[in-house]
Formats: sequence, structure tokens, C-alpha cells
Amino acid sequence: MSASSREFDVEAIRSDFPILQRMLDPDTTMIYLDGGATSQRPRQVIDAEVAFLTQDNAAVKRGAHRMASAATDAYEGARERIADFLGAPSPDEIVFTKNATEALNLVAHSFGNGDSSTPARLRVTEGDEILVTEMEHHANLIPWQELARRTGARLRWVPLSEDFTLDLTDLGSLLTERTKVLALTHQSNVLGTVNPIAQLVEAARAVGALVVLDAAQSAPHMPFDVAELGVDFVALSGHKMLGPTGIGVLWGRYELLEAIPPFLTGGSMIETVTMERATFAEPPARFEAGTPPISQAVGLAAACDYLDTLGMEQVAAHEQALTLRALEGLAGIEDVRVIGPAASPERTGAVAFDVAGRHPHDVGQVLDSLGLQVRVGHHCAWPLHRKYGLHGTTRASFSVHTTAAEVDALIAGVAHTVDFFRSL
Amino acid sequence: MSSQLSALYTELVIEHDKRPQHAGLRDPFDTEVHHVNPTCGDEITLRLHLTDDEQIEDLSYDAIGCAMSRASASIMADLLIGHSVEEMDPVRAHFEEVMRSRGRLEGDEDLIGDGIALLGAAKFPGRVKCVLMPWKAYQAALVEIRALEG
Repeated sequence: MSASSREFDVEAIRSDFPILQRMLDPDTTMIYLDGGATSQRPRQVIDAEVAFLTQDNAAVKRGAHRMASAATDAYEGARERIADFLGAPSPDEIVFTKNATEALNLVAHSFGNGDSSTPARLRVTEGDEILVTEMEHHANLIPWQELARRTGARLRWVPLSEDFTLDLTDLGSLLTERTKVLALTHQSNVLGTVNPIAQLVEAARAVGALVVLDAAQSAPHMPFDVAELGVDFVALSGHKMLGPTGIGVLWGRYELLEAIPPFLTGGSMIETVTMERATFAEPPARFEAGTPPISQAVGLAAACDYLDTLGMEQVAAHEQALTLRALEGLAGIEDVRVIGPAASPERTGAVAFDVAGRHPHDVGQVLDSLGLQVRVGHHCAWPLHRKYGLHGTTRASFSVHTTAAEVDALIAGVAHTVDFFRSL
Repeated sequence: MSSQLSALYTELVIEHDKRPQHAGLRDPFDTEVHHVNPTCGDEITLRLHLTDDEQIEDLSYDAIGCAMSRASASIMADLLIGHSVEEMDPVRAHFEEVMRSRGRLEGDEDLIGDGIALLGAAKFPGRVKCVLMPWKAYQAALVEIRALEG
């Protein structure tokens, strides 16, 4: 949340990322344009994990020895740091999970496990409705499909429109008194579209629906504040925000976390246990069964430090400029169609495109031969691709370390790919 | 263009991709299978028609996917049609072994014919699945027919 304390100098930033020195073969530089799948980590994040592992490593929240206490301090310190990064009122609202997928499953599972002590507004049952969107990543679709299947609730979705944004025309009939949950992504991992969260939160509030936000693609790329967004739950992944894999975050309003049952059960999440039954700890411990990802939490806190040092406003501005450059360049190539909205503040640096008559695997293969590391396929958003009559797309996604020259290399590479297949 | 890339998109691959042999779903058939590669969404629907003594009378298909997977389906149909299942089994086994060898094994052209043109993909682990998907569909169809005939 702090203002940037360092000039946004891409070359200096690049020197923080050891992996960017890697060559793919002796004459091919690696151009990493797949931060949307997983981000690379700056030395500061790697060093923080190494420092923890070489100085403070122990199991957290158990044992009376000094190492246990050092490890617990590091883990809980990380929770405070992440709460601060997300604008959460309290660190007790931060639950560490394995990834954003687990965070979303936690919520979907807890809403529908039939526990009669759960307040009705947090319990999805037959006759209720769950509203998602047609642009969701499978991680924010399938948990809700399954919740609907288990409970007899009805799954509905806000459709996509031809301009690659949500079609809100029929929102009034989709979001009704029957809607218990609106679950949607902040930013499409394929289209780059940023959804109008304020408008949707207001509409959901009006009918008493809870809002679950998948922020895996947004929180790493723009100023992000849960209090300002006004949503009820937020899910994100460490490895998409310059942090480690194996750690994700669920943020939830404390009064909601307090009222829902646990998802995974076992050690560390209990209050008392007999052979017959157990009572559960208060949040966030209630949702952190078993030994948590401790060094990963420390690494994620360091990633928050790193991003805050750069300043999220500057990160967003940098990636916006690259997006504009990419969109303009790709628009000039015959047979290439960008699958996503035109450049605007409601559009970020995931740039997917279709090359007429060419399967994305073939496109990605030629781009890889030039060192360009892009994602191909349906990007875990199969319904979105089906909506636009596509079997997949090729996607470049930009990061803090992406340069204008790399975007130019992408544009030249795509032009070369089109020529290559034409020449065969 | 890198030499690996030219080893992948050989003339034969491009030829089979542009003009796939035996493509389109035809009658009669004994069974139809549908295979999907969930990582990329490639799909193949394949119909197999055998005689009583397991001669491959017809193999028809509809393949959606990259050049490698479409060419592979086309080359496979070319190889299989008009031969017996038994006769083609060593061809299938050899092709799969070479494809999975990461480029360590050389293919026997006498056995796999145009299939030799697909071997460039063996060096790209991500593409091996694309090439083998039609063969996996063929094997599944075979299993189904044999089960039907009990």
C-alpha cells in the first residue's frame, strides 16, 4: 500500500531477476511473456526464502523451543504483510492456502457442506442460485458447478459479448433474490478484460448476494484494496505475483470466515478433540489444517515488499503502455486477430490472439524457436474459447520486467510466424 | 528459421495437414471414439471398420488440432487402411517407441512410412501427445470392437 520508493527503471528491475539471464540455446535469448501462467521471482524473494530456511526454519505454532517461535514469528509476520498489501482490515482475515484454486474451493465447499449451524445466508441449498460469468478460469467455475451439483442449486452465468466484455444487459434477471453467490474474476486471464466490480458489487448487495472475487490475475498488476472493492472473499496465488508456488491466499470478511465451517480438517485447526468429536479454532487457523507452506509465506511477503517498492500505480502504468504497444503492433499484421478489448484502462496486459487457419500450438512452436515464451491453448477457460468459436489462442502476458523491445520482438515474431506458415 | 523447426514442419507434415488423407467421418463403422487432449483442447473423432478377420476395412476421422496432430491422423489412416490389425501392431509399437524416445531412437521408414516425417516432434515433449493422440484413439476403438465381439 506504500508509495513507490524506487524509480521504475526496467533495466534495474531486470537485474533483480536472475532467470532473465538464461539463454535457451547459445544464440537464443529467453523472452518470458508468460507471467499470466506463473511469474518469475526476483532475487529479493528467493533470498527471503533462503534466509528463512537457513536461519529460522521450524514447524510453526507448536513446540516451546526458540526455533518454533522464530518460525511462527516469520509466518505470522508474513500474514500481516500480506494483509497490508491487500488493504485487509486485519491479518486474521488472511488464510493461507495452496493456491487460488484451493482458496476458491474452500469457499465453495464451506457454503455447501450442509452444516446446519452455518447461517442461512452462507449456506447454498436447493432452490438457490449461483451466478458466475462465461469468462471464468476453470478454477472459478468448476468448484461452483460442483457446489450446484451437490446441493441442487442452480448455476447461472453472465454471458460474454462480442466486444470481449461481460454482457450485463440481462443482469437484472440473472442476479435475483435467489442468488446466494456471485463469483467472478477481477480480470480475465485470456482477454485482459477488467470487470466493473463496483457496479457488480452494488447489484449483488441489492439482492443480498455474497461476492467472491478471483484476483489471481489482477492483484499482481494493479493497485488492489479489498476494502475499496467491497467484495466478501478474494482468492489469489503467490506464484502469479512474483512469489513462490505452493501458496495462495483467501481473504474473507472476518464475520463471514467466523460463520463458515472448515474445508480441510486435521491438525492445527482444532480447539479441543475427543474420540467422538472436535471443536474448531477461530479463523484463520480454522482453515489452515496441517503444516502450512511456511517458507512460501515468507517468500510471498517479500514479493509484496518488492511490488510495493516499485509501486503498484507504476506497475500498472508500465504494463498498460506495453499492452497498448502490443495491441497496435499486432493490429498491423494480416491474419492476426486480438481476442480481447481495445486498449483502455479496463484492459490489462494479457494479450491473446488468433492466427487465421493456424492452431495455437503451431504458432507457439514458431515463437518458441525465436525465444518467445508464450502460452497456447484454452488457458483453462474452455467455455470462453467456445463462445468465440475458437479451439484455443496464443497469449502473451506482461510483467514488471517486460521491456518495450521484448514487445517489439513479439510483434516481429508473430509477423514471422504468419510468413513462415504461408511459405510452406 | 531454426533447424529444429524445419525438422518439425517437414514438407510431408504440411502436405498431410493441408490435404489430410481419408479425412471425414464415413459409414459403415463398427465403433466411434472421441479423444481430447485436455491441455490444448485438440479433439479427434475416429471411426473404425474391421472385417471379421480384423482387416482394417476403413478408418475415418474428424481431427481438430495443430498441424502435427492432424498430419499424424492422416498418416496413420494411410498406413492402416487395407492392412490387418496384427500386421500393423509392430508399426504402431515402433512408432510409439520412437516418438517417446526424445529423439534418441531413429525410426524405421520401412515400418512407419510417412510417419518418419513426424519424428521431429519427438524432441519436443509437449508435441509428442499431439502426434500420438490419433493412435491412442485407434487403440481405444480396437479395444471397444473386441469387447463388443466379446
